[in-house]
Amino acid sequence: MSYRPVAATPALLAEHKLTGDEYERIQSVLGRDPNIVELGIFSALWSEHCSYKTSRVFLKEFPTKGPRVLQGPGENAGAVDIGDSLAVVFKMESHNHPSFIEPFQGAATGVGGILRDIFTMGARPVAVLDPLFFGPLDAPRMHSLVDGVVRGISGYGNCIGIPTVGGSTFFHSSYAKNILVNVMAVGVVRHDRIFRAKAAGPGNPVLYVGSKTGRDGIHGASMASDVFDDEKSKRRPTVQVGDPFVEKLVLEGVLEVLQGDAVVAIQDMGAAGLTSSTFEMCSRGGVGMRLDLSRVPVREEGITPYELMLSESQERMVIVAHQGREEEVTSVFRKWGVDAEVIGEVIAEPRMELLFGGEVVADLPIAPLVEDAPVYRRPFVLPTPLKAAGESVALDGAPDALAALKRLLASLNVSGKEWISSQYDWSVQGDTVVGPGSDAAILRVKGTRKGLALAVAVNPRFVTADPGLGAAHAVVEAALNCAVTGARPLAVTDCLNFGNPERPEILGQLAAAVRGISDACRALDTPVISGNVSLYNETDGRSIVPTPTIGMVGLLEDVAHAVPCRFVREGDVVVLLGETRDEMGASEYLATVLGREEGACPSLDLNAARALVDLLVELASERRLASAHDLSHGGLAVAAAEACFGSGLGAELDLVTALPAARALFSESAPRVLASIPPGEEGPVLAAARRLGVPAAVMGRVVPGVLRIRVNGRGAIAEESAVLERISSQAFRTAMEDA
Amino acid sequence: MRLRVSVVVFPGSNCDRDALHAAETVMRAEARFVWHQDRDLGRPDLVILPGGFSYGDYLRCGAMARFSPVMESVVTHAERGGAVLGICNGFQILCEAGLLSGVLFQNAGLRFVCREVRIRVESTGTPFTSAVPRGTVLRMPVAHGDGNWNAAPDVLREMEAHDQVVFRYVDADGQRAPGATPNGSLDDVAGVRNRRGNVLGLMPHPERAAEAILGSVDGARLLASFVRSAA
Repeated sequence: MSYRPVAATPALLAEHKLTGDEYERIQSVLGRDPNIVELGIFSALWSEHCSYKTSRVFLKEFPTKGPRVLQGPGENAGAVDIGDSLAVVFKMESHNHPSFIEPFQGAATGVGGILRDIFTMGARPVAVLDPLFFGPLDAPRMHSLVDGVVRGISGYGNCIGIPTVGGSTFFHSSYAKNILVNVMAVGVVRHDRIFRAKAAGPGNPVLYVGSKTGRDGIHGASMASDVFDDEKSKRRPTVQVGDPFVEKLVLEGVLEVLQGDAVVAIQDMGAAGLTSSTFEMCSRGGVGMRLDLSRVPVREEGITPYELMLSESQERMVIVAHQGREEEVTSVFRKWGVDAEVIGEVIAEPRMELLFGGEVVADLPIAPLVEDAPVYRRPFVLPTPLKAAGESVALDGAPDALAALKRLLASLNVSGKEWISSQYDWSVQGDTVVGPGSDAAILRVKGTRKGLALAVAVNPRFVTADPGLGAAHAVVEAALNCAVTGARPLAVTDCLNFGNPERPEILGQLAAAVRGISDACRALDTPVISGNVSLYNETDGRSIVPTPTIGMVGLLEDVAHAVPCRFVREGDVVVLLGETRDEMGASEYLATVLGREEGACPSLDLNAARALVDLLVELASERRLASAHDLSHGGLAVAAAEACFGSGLGAELDLVTALPAARALFSESAPRVLASIPPGEEGPVLAAARRLGVPAAVMGRVVPGVLRIRVNGRGAIAEESAVLERISSQAFRTAMEDA
Repeated sequence: MRLRVSVVVFPGSNCDRDALHAAETVMRAEARFVWHQDRDLGRPDLVILPGGFSYGDYLRCGAMARFSPVMESVVTHAERGGAVLGICNGFQILCEAGLLSGVLFQNAGLRFVCREVRIRVESTGTPFTSAVPRGTVLRMPVAHGDGNWNAAPDVLREMEAHDQVVFRYVDADGQRAPGATPNGSLDDVAGVRNRRGNVLGLMPHPERAAEAILGSVDGARLLASFVRSAA
């Protein structure tokens, strides 16, 4: 084998997804032509997936600082102070392309990857949430994709013993050939045990820990940075294979090692494996490394240095230890039955020197490959909203309100997803106070009175209609999902799923969405502390609808008084917080009941959103809320029905409105919340709402067994709660099992 | 004197910390972990085999775990009359090790199932149920892929004759009913004991229903019963 410079043929560059300009840049960085190992390393580090070369210029806009932020973007995950010397660590990622090729392994390794990001920070993972986006169930392979993804998440998360406590599902034709699998993971750690991935100390040993390296996932990062077609969907070897049992051993080993002080820095091997982990650690620390690749534990004979550097074999970590304390590290991993080998050392000079069989196979500077990776200011066209926000749409041919409500409750997007959540172990670890199926999941924080509210949100229809406003809606919905429990929203992680950024209108969506998220995060004081960008979600020339998924973590000072999202007591007074306007555009009603996807995104007043969040947190802390439920898909009628589930309770509501009944019942105006309060609390609650400028109206009472809604005195909906609950709970199960 | 509880940790155990937490907070016990390669159980009053995936369970759940060094000590402990509680994967291991009768197949629905169930106390012949009246209905979660308990007809008959079925899945009214059993178990069996009563295995998770904040304290009743019986 020779490591002489390679001839940069167009085919070779195309295979490495490098442009001619990028190749020239490589030549000028090195002052020579690269060899094949070096070319592979450039290709991985300069891929969109690793370098964010297209999105980086936009992401700078995010507010990332705040008094509670202990670690913002740039590390394995972000960290936020929750008091008691504890921090919550969280991040969201995508595993979209692998999951479409091989749903079980794709989704499983998505979970594995994000969990490693959490425990490399020194935090024990406490929860996983999965926002999933699928095509219609009658699209080719869609049943098996849904089934495979759910089994993949369940198989991995359940085995490793991290509860999957929430998520979301959204079905839309644009995902038919490009499903989205986003995964958010959350961990808890003491402030003084937060670890970072900054290599330091020349002479310190570099250890390879975890599974042996195989040939799986080579070029995974560059695959994730390309559009998709039928040919590429045959790229099975680019999908990694996960082993949750090994990950569990690595997790326990890492957390045990990090209890001591033998470790300088630690990073997981995710996309672009050994390459990105070692280069990024060096870049953060301003140092270099000399590695002997012959020492990397391998799964099979004859693996080349090129393959070693680019493999995405799962369940692997890089650790820099203090000199002379290697044995402390390796002995812990030996106990857990995990490989841990010294493969090299830190050097002062910021370069990467790779040896294999005594021969230098790569010699590269660090900074030009990482910090100074190409940054593109690609042309973009800011989207023009489909209509002016809030503009009215006609509702010709609308059925009666009860029939419409039943169709919404049975729809893919609104129906209950117990078929999915019952396959996830959501109660392992014994901290789950509220599991899947509520606005937010709630975990207690052992050893404190505190709780964490965890939520994810995005309404891709809103984002399609108006990317900026729709993305802001996602932040507000996630914040309200937390606030209805009484939790103060703390910070945001995001997963920005978009189409091909080389199309100006797609990049415009991304630019507008980042702006919308930033505005909303500023208004709510919830900085963005971590995240991920997934571009090139386009198959056969069709792009997905823009999908900026938002993950939010909120803090409950007293978890014992978390507010449930469903009615709890007969006689409680039902109150609607927020204003209902004629906003049927981009609504679930329009899509599901009338089969139309059009119209404007609902308007959004960020000050009103902030006021509603503040009001909910205040009322909950004063224990004036019996229940509170965020209004989203399907509006007031759907929220009222859902609030009746699980208890045998119902409600009698009287809407007094200037709007026609269907609009009053199904408008998706936001921000709004349906709350119930103990009788006698109306005075203080309405006064607090007035003080904060939140519109509030008493609508009726919680009653046994029946949901009755009158609009301006005329009956609109009357049905037994049990009937509505059965429709919601059986629709998805039937769709999955009777097909 | 405080009770001594040993929680066995296999590399793939994932409910070990939950079990230890429950032993400490509910039973007020002096609780410790015992690593699967150790033989010294630490003279416990109770050994808990927690839930999880012992050694990955790629073969058959618990099939490998029974050959571990720690299990030799657990068997000896049980043979001397020492108390053993196997939860979920721990129940599977006890069956594989022959300390309990029957076998746990994959769930009838062929899918992992995590949900709240109700189980009825059928036998008070264990320290965990001696203070919980027969017929009491308890609410707690299940979370397993292989909880479908089965035994040959004569084995079940023999067990019934000796009052060895300790829990059955029931509906909200405490009645055996279609849909109440999450996994297809023979005769709705959720948990069984050995003849002597010192070894109990069950699929549901009492340790996840041991504090009010977690939605149910019914699991704590079983642990409290043990504490009382040992007093």
